[in-house]
Amino acid sequence: MTAVNVNDRTATEKAETASRSGTSAAPHKTTYREALREALREALNTDGRVFLMGEDVGAYGGCFGVSLGLLEEFGPERIRDTPLSESAFVGAGIGAALAGMRPIVEIMTVNFSLLALDQILNNAATLLHMSGGQLPVPLVIRMTTGAGRQLAAQHSHSLEGWYAHIPGLRVLAPATIEDARHMLAPALADPDPVLIFEHGTLYNASGELGPAAEPLPLDRAAIRRTGTDVTLITYGGSLPKTLAAADELAAAGISAEVVDLRSLRPLDDTTIIDSVVRTHRAVVVDEAWRTGSLAAEVSARIGEQAFYSLDARVRRVCSAEVPIPYARELEAAALPQVADIVTAAREAVG
Amino acid sequence: MTTKRTDRAASATNRRGTARKATAEHRQKLLESMLRIRRFEERSVELYSAARIRGFVHLYVGEEAVAVGVNEALTEDDAIVSTYREHGHALARGLTSEAVMAEMFGKVTGCSHGRGGSMHLFDASRRFYGGNAIVGGGLPLAAGLALADRMNGRCRVTCCFFGDGAVAEGEFHETANLAALWGLPLLLVCENNQYAMGTALDRAQAETDLALRASSYGMVAWAVDGMDVEAVERAALRATEAIRSGSGPHFLELRTYRFRAHSMYDPDRYRDKDEIERWRKRDPVVTFADRLRREHSLPTARLRDIENRVGAEIDHAVEAADLAAAEPVEDLLLHVTSGVGETRKEEEARL
Amino acid sequence: MAEFTMPSLGADMDEGVLQEWLVSPGVRVAKGDVVAVVETDKATIEVECFETGTVGVLLVEPGTRVPVGAPLAVIETADTRAPTEARREPAAKKPLVAVPVVVPATPTENLVPQLARPPARAPVAAGPPVTGPLVRHLAHDRNVDIARIRGTGRGGRVTRHDVDRASVAGIPRVRATPYARKVAEELNIDLTALQGTGEQGAVRAADVRAAGAATKGKGGRPAPVTRPPEQHGGGQSMRGTIAHLMARSKREIPHYYLSTTLDLATALAWLRAANRQRPVKERVLPAALLLKAAARAARAVPDLNGYWHDDHFEPGDGVHLGVAVSLRGGGLLTPVLRDADTLQLPALMAALKDLAGRARAGRLRASELTDATLTVTNLGDQGIETVLGVILPPQVAVVGFGAVTDRPCAVNGLLGVHPMVTATLSADHRASDGAVGARYLTTVDRLLQHPEEL
Repeated sequence: MTAVNVNDRTATEKAETASRSGTSAAPHKTTYREALREALREALNTDGRVFLMGEDVGAYGGCFGVSLGLLEEFGPERIRDTPLSESAFVGAGIGAALAGMRPIVEIMTVNFSLLALDQILNNAATLLHMSGGQLPVPLVIRMTTGAGRQLAAQHSHSLEGWYAHIPGLRVLAPATIEDARHMLAPALADPDPVLIFEHGTLYNASGELGPAAEPLPLDRAAIRRTGTDVTLITYGGSLPKTLAAADELAAAGISAEVVDLRSLRPLDDTTIIDSVVRTHRAVVVDEAWRTGSLAAEVSARIGEQAFYSLDARVRRVCSAEVPIPYARELEAAALPQVADIVTAAREAVG
Repeated sequence: MTTKRTDRAASATNRRGTARKATAEHRQKLLESMLRIRRFEERSVELYSAARIRGFVHLYVGEEAVAVGVNEALTEDDAIVSTYREHGHALARGLTSEAVMAEMFGKVTGCSHGRGGSMHLFDASRRFYGGNAIVGGGLPLAAGLALADRMNGRCRVTCCFFGDGAVAEGEFHETANLAALWGLPLLLVCENNQYAMGTALDRAQAETDLALRASSYGMVAWAVDGMDVEAVERAALRATEAIRSGSGPHFLELRTYRFRAHSMYDPDRYRDKDEIERWRKRDPVVTFADRLRREHSLPTARLRDIENRVGAEIDHAVEAADLAAAEPVEDLLLHVTSGVGETRKEEEARL
Repeated sequence: MAEFTMPSLGADMDEGVLQEWLVSPGVRVAKGDVVAVVETDKATIEVECFETGTVGVLLVEPGTRVPVGAPLAVIETADTRAPTEARREPAAKKPLVAVPVVVPATPTENLVPQLARPPARAPVAAGPPVTGPLVRHLAHDRNVDIARIRGTGRGGRVTRHDVDRASVAGIPRVRATPYARKVAEELNIDLTALQGTGEQGAVRAADVRAAGAATKGKGGRPAPVTRPPEQHGGGQSMRGTIAHLMARSKREIPHYYLSTTLDLATALAWLRAANRQRPVKERVLPAALLLKAAARAARAVPDLNGYWHDDHFEPGDGVHLGVAVSLRGGGLLTPVLRDADTLQLPALMAALKDLAGRARAGRLRASELTDATLTVTNLGDQGIETVLGVILPPQVAVVGFGAVTDRPCAVNGLLGVHPMVTATLSADHRASDGAVGARYLTTVDRLLQHPEEL
């Protein structure tokens, strides 16, 4: 196993020393990474059953610097470095959850989660059902997903759609700083296993984090921008690109509504369908491969539930069907880009 | 199949005098517990043949001493994680024949409300964390249960059963390392019945001394005669005492044999009939009953009582399972998530 | 006595082949003894019995495939057994009350045929049109929407003839978005009249709305962009479709022809009187009277009203008259007057006007072009005296009317001048004979002599 080498840790450390506020409520400038850390800190402070475990979450500070400083604050029992044994420590998270703990397991990247797929699919997702309701598994698993950082074929997957296929799991994709900050608490409060997918290109995203408003329920999608001509449906790392596309479209006189799924399982059909019924056109933007993708699922649901409202066929903007290549221009060509989204939306509007 | 290691273990136990005093009453209880499993499994064969039970059914006949012996070393607070050959573990743990039989009938009174079947027996109230149909799949989970106990300072043991086949799985090695690294209160019970489905141990594993391999992770590991319920009990007691005293995970390799094929669908082509006969001579139920008679711990009338009681219990279990209600199909989507699950009608309405 | 049955040896096993008996009648067997070898789809397995006793009758020969649970042999068990040593012989067992082996009335009765009996035929469910792949393929080739065809075959099956008819009827499926269809329905706008601006000419909601606005602006019906008739039938021209069907008709159908001249003096006198009572717009033309008579006669002589399918005649489920309407640009359509025999004359007249008007405007629905049980062609307005039509398959007859003209005729021994029309019948000789055809034409005549009853 090779650890992902990231260059953004120094920035993290600087930011970290600036903000140790924990559960600060006042509006302040922060990053996606810090927002995740604030959420972890809050959870560790408010619930003694919560602990974080994973590869290099402690002394190293987390592969992507999310848990930097938490070891010093909470000690090695609760910020628990594990051997490189994804199956064992994810399974241990399941067992600890069964025995009353509220573990947060960090899997470095989604590609490594495949080494724990048995535990996630065959144990976490099934125990409640197989036991006839006796054994809920209140476990949170966080992992990094996505491409866009020239990490090549084995570190650029978007496999969250695979997990969204599985009944018994809840799958979240925080795409904004607010969601990075506010999704963890309800995920921990949920009695079932929750997978949180953090897109690798979002960690450095910065912005203003307002005081904790009434947070959206976990299973609700969010309308990030309202519009009347076409609905752009996306999630996670593709949200910034989609919002940029909506800006370009607006300049061209096309009013695009942007729906951020937030929850990939369950999907918030109501928000998606309501929007498409209003705009009559839909473009689904998903960094995963097109075939058998979440984009396919969303498109199918639109076909099932909004068929008679469609004034154009549903379009998908997905990654090219190729292992993600290393070279900058090749990688860019493989991934959905703003221009692709604009083109698809223009075609839909006609 | 007694090895040197076993001898050492047994004699050490005797020297320390920690073995429970084997009263006639206790020994009869062990016999009854084994006999219950044996008769339950025999009835399962009949019911499977008559298509009353379906799915995969893996029988425990021949391995009864393992479940019964190990369970003697566990308290109510301890936890068990089991395999898909777990009828014996469940019955030894105290799940009723009725609940287990009803589960195999797919009835609402089953210990998993008909959602598990033979391979997925659960009872949270007895800390029986289920049959797991993925070889080795229960091991990491057991480590987590033990981790939670350790983090909370609870003096409990988690016992994880698995077979010799699981020792070839990565999950065994990951878990053994993690448990030893973190000093978890975990009892790893390897039921070495010599075959991973149809693959003999020496055809699958380069080093067939499984206890030796476990010990390489820095944990105490013994091989024990799994056909002798009292030897199993002694070894398990000694291991759990050590675990409770904080000395980390222990590994028991219990050498045993399944008399029946791997599953109901197995033509048993890979085993020599002579081999099966040789092992049958060491039948844990028969040899133990003989030993008790020889040592005047089992009057004939008493044996008849036990047989009758067990027989009646299983008759009753079958009857009750037969009469029990089926889970309503409207509840199909229950227990997928803990919230108020979407019912099938709601799903249809939505679509 | 107990039975040894075919055991279930796996989750997917429903039946097995008894390969070999390892015991014979009279042999003592104990619970757990292997008694037979069974071959499943996966393996050959030795199977054991669950009773102790003596093997009685063997019910199944080696090599026989039987379902799980079928009795294979009878085992005579001793009802009372001396309790033996528990180790060797487990506690005396109760009979297997919970195991539902089906006990046959007599040991020799074999359950196998009973179990092998096919299930009762399920009733044909109402639902989407049932059809085979060939017909589907044909429909696709002809660009006909099969979902819109009412099947006339057995159990509502869509047949090749149905597709043929629908394709000559020939309104292609309009390429439009689902939302455009919905809007068109709401605004009551005919999609076929619109030119789409979407992908590959698809009609979009904006196109429908624009048409709607145009209508309002002009304060009347929209001026539909009628497609030239050549475009009907999509990939295949209407000419081609007609050519195909008519060639087939002449190739396959042995036509016979009858002709008679009808005196319409009474009928037209009655019609003139009746029309005086009606507003001008609602006046009934003689053509409607002729249609009504043709329809009523078809009810009276049902052998000409229906379809020739698969070498036999199937009567129609009503009298649905196909009315041939020639189009201005060439070609013809045959919109259908459903249940024409039951329509009152004014209603029939109104329907005829509506259908003919919309047929010429290219605004018929596909459903209005299918299911005719008998066709009537009237070339009277073209000044033609006699028309001998070609039958439209799978129908079995076509009725022709020429122009109504004053002709000299014998009336009560004197020469008179009466309005007359030549009525003809072209009929399929496979379905009917000349006598039937004659009865039909004389019935038309009789009906027209009593117009008040029409």
